[in-house]
Amino acid sequence: MADVQKIEPDSVFAKAVKEGLLAGALAFGLFFLIVGFRTDQNIRNELVLNQRWGLLAIFVLVAGIGRFLLTAYITPWSEARSKNKRAAVEKEQSAFRKSFPKIGLGLLLIYPFLVILILWAYNGSIMGGLQGSLKYVDNFGIQILIYVMLAWGLNIVVGLAGLLDLGYVAFYAVGAYSYALLSTHFGLSFWLLLPMAGIFAALWGIMLGFPVLRLRGDYLAIVTLAFGEIIRLVLINWTVVTKGTFGISGIAKATLFGIPFTPGPTGFAALLGLPNSGVYYKIFLYYLILLLALLTAWVTIRLRRMPIGRAWEALREDEIACRSLGINTTTTKLTAFATGAMFGGFAGSFFAARQGFVSPESFVFLESAIILAIVVLGGMGSLVGIAIAAAVMIGGTELLRELEFLKRIFGPDFTPELYRMLLFGLAMIVVMVWKPRGFVGNREPSAFLHKRKMVSSEFTKEGHG
Amino acid sequence: MSEKQALLSVEGVETYYGNIRALSGVTVHADPGEIVALIGANGAGKSTLMMTIFGMPRARTGRVIFDGKDITQLPTHEIARLRIAQSPEGRRIFPRMTVQENLQMGASLDKLEYFDEDSRMVFDLFPRLKERINQRGGTLSGGEQQMLAIGRALMARPRLLLLDEPSLGLAPLIIKHIFEAIKELNKTTGLTVFLVEQNAFGALKLADRGYVMVNGIVTMSGSSAELLANPEVRAAYLEGGRH
Repeated sequence: MADVQKIEPDSVFAKAVKEGLLAGALAFGLFFLIVGFRTDQNIRNELVLNQRWGLLAIFVLVAGIGRFLLTAYITPWSEARSKNKRAAVEKEQSAFRKSFPKIGLGLLLIYPFLVILILWAYNGSIMGGLQGSLKYVDNFGIQILIYVMLAWGLNIVVGLAGLLDLGYVAFYAVGAYSYALLSTHFGLSFWLLLPMAGIFAALWGIMLGFPVLRLRGDYLAIVTLAFGEIIRLVLINWTVVTKGTFGISGIAKATLFGIPFTPGPTGFAALLGLPNSGVYYKIFLYYLILLLALLTAWVTIRLRRMPIGRAWEALREDEIACRSLGINTTTTKLTAFATGAMFGGFAGSFFAARQGFVSPESFVFLESAIILAIVVLGGMGSLVGIAIAAAVMIGGTELLRELEFLKRIFGPDFTPELYRMLLFGLAMIVVMVWKPRGFVGNREPSAFLHKRKMVSSEFTKEGHG
Repeated sequence: MSEKQALLSVEGVETYYGNIRALSGVTVHADPGEIVALIGANGAGKSTLMMTIFGMPRARTGRVIFDGKDITQLPTHEIARLRIAQSPEGRRIFPRMTVQENLQMGASLDKLEYFDEDSRMVFDLFPRLKERINQRGGTLSGGEQQMLAIGRALMARPRLLLLDEPSLGLAPLIIKHIFEAIKELNKTTGLTVFLVEQNAFGALKLADRGYVMVNGIVTMSGSSAELLANPEVRAAYLEGGRH
């Protein structure tokens, strides 16, 4: 970085100022009429022209300063960075990157207690800590982990086997409704229904798998998309069983070895002599979904080293070569669909137990798209990358709900919720430009001799390696 | 056909892509321990014949017989399980997987039982692969990828090895090396090799027998020496062509 700036620091700065001014002028020209004026109706129903010079100034300044910063600092920095990177392709990974999964896992394990401790210190009372932590454990912890698990499950289908599935949410729905229906009608327990939901979803995965065996790429994507919609429409229209759009409510909660999380004398809090709070159930759910997500990761890691996992990856690389090496691509594809769907089913039954309510609203196409986006952003096939992507995407959207301070800047009319999806999309574009192969674009070999050496993603073309 | 039973025999095979006939009644065979070369120009149907033996696409008429068994209607992966291996057109190695993993995929029929032994044999044949063992397939040079494709096929412990244009796009020195490796393999293990080549001179020098294919039909066949001496073959494929 230093040498780039040393060569001609003045010229870069001058260029940046020039481009910044130009961008500002352009923005002024563009937004002068669009943003600078606004027509409103007054009380007598007349149109009046309001002038919004302050907002226009913000637009112009953002454009000008943004362009200036980009040219003066960010571009030289990223150029120097990519130059350094090319020079050090075979450099060993840094210690932090190597131990990142372990650090992350440790943090995840203590996260609820960490939150309680921090809020306890902040509020000065244990109850304040417990109640305050509800939001962070539930909205952030559990919510993110559900998506981590779903994305890890989809990763088996998309990342490993290379089968583009746009209807993954269907399996999530199958799992959720399996638990919801069987628990409300037959009173079966969560721990019995969890594996059953997984099996049902896996069966649906195989059912989807059969008709799409010959399809790849775009065609497969369209059919899986349709499959997701079919499941949702069945849930809406089969009112006798699913109660349609009303959904199913009053779904039984999960219990810990038969101990319910209820406020009564037999409840968890009373048995352990703890103050009554809803937070224990949330913490229990947090560890439950963490366990389920880790199970998904463990199975994925194990399978990758087994013949079936290698066959999935080979299938992603080249189906014809696979077949001529004696691999039965039919069973390979079906097992990929079934395994991925099974984890979707697990996550679904967890979702139903957590919400206590399911309706088709929760299983729209947007969910599939978000899960797929997480897999792609994380770098297809990389568990750590996907976990980071889930935390950024889901945590990010949750954070955007809380951007109340923006109201102080843009005035009380500004509703940050409306801009959530806009910022979300913008962030995705930025990530895809900055890291086109996802957060962790390197594929770690499942078998290696002597020492681990990852080949940089720069060596392989996008869409190929 | 010779008096002993052929390992592979293709009898009057016709293959279509949609309505277009790519092979119009092809009959060839390979005896155990032989190297057979099939030469012909671009688009003659050489690769189609290779893929038809593997059932991708299937022959519409005619039969493919391997070791006395009719394999015409078998699915591809079951054909592979009879120990027919191929280094396909365009190599088709797995680009994101390492050399080691590519070889493992080749050995998946035996569930890696003979992996150490067989990979040593492949590395003896192609020492370059050993140097690149942890490198991704997609980052290898063209010649190394070809070696990997052949090595991967050998990991399946084949009785019949099908090679589709192993010399395509490679430098003469590397072609020589690969052809020598094939010859050595044939000599030491008695492996039957069926070779498809545009490089007629190199292929016929390597092979015991050869076929010439034009527009989906075998027009000439004979021992390599005969074909090399044949004036028609010389005019069409050798003189002024590649050496």
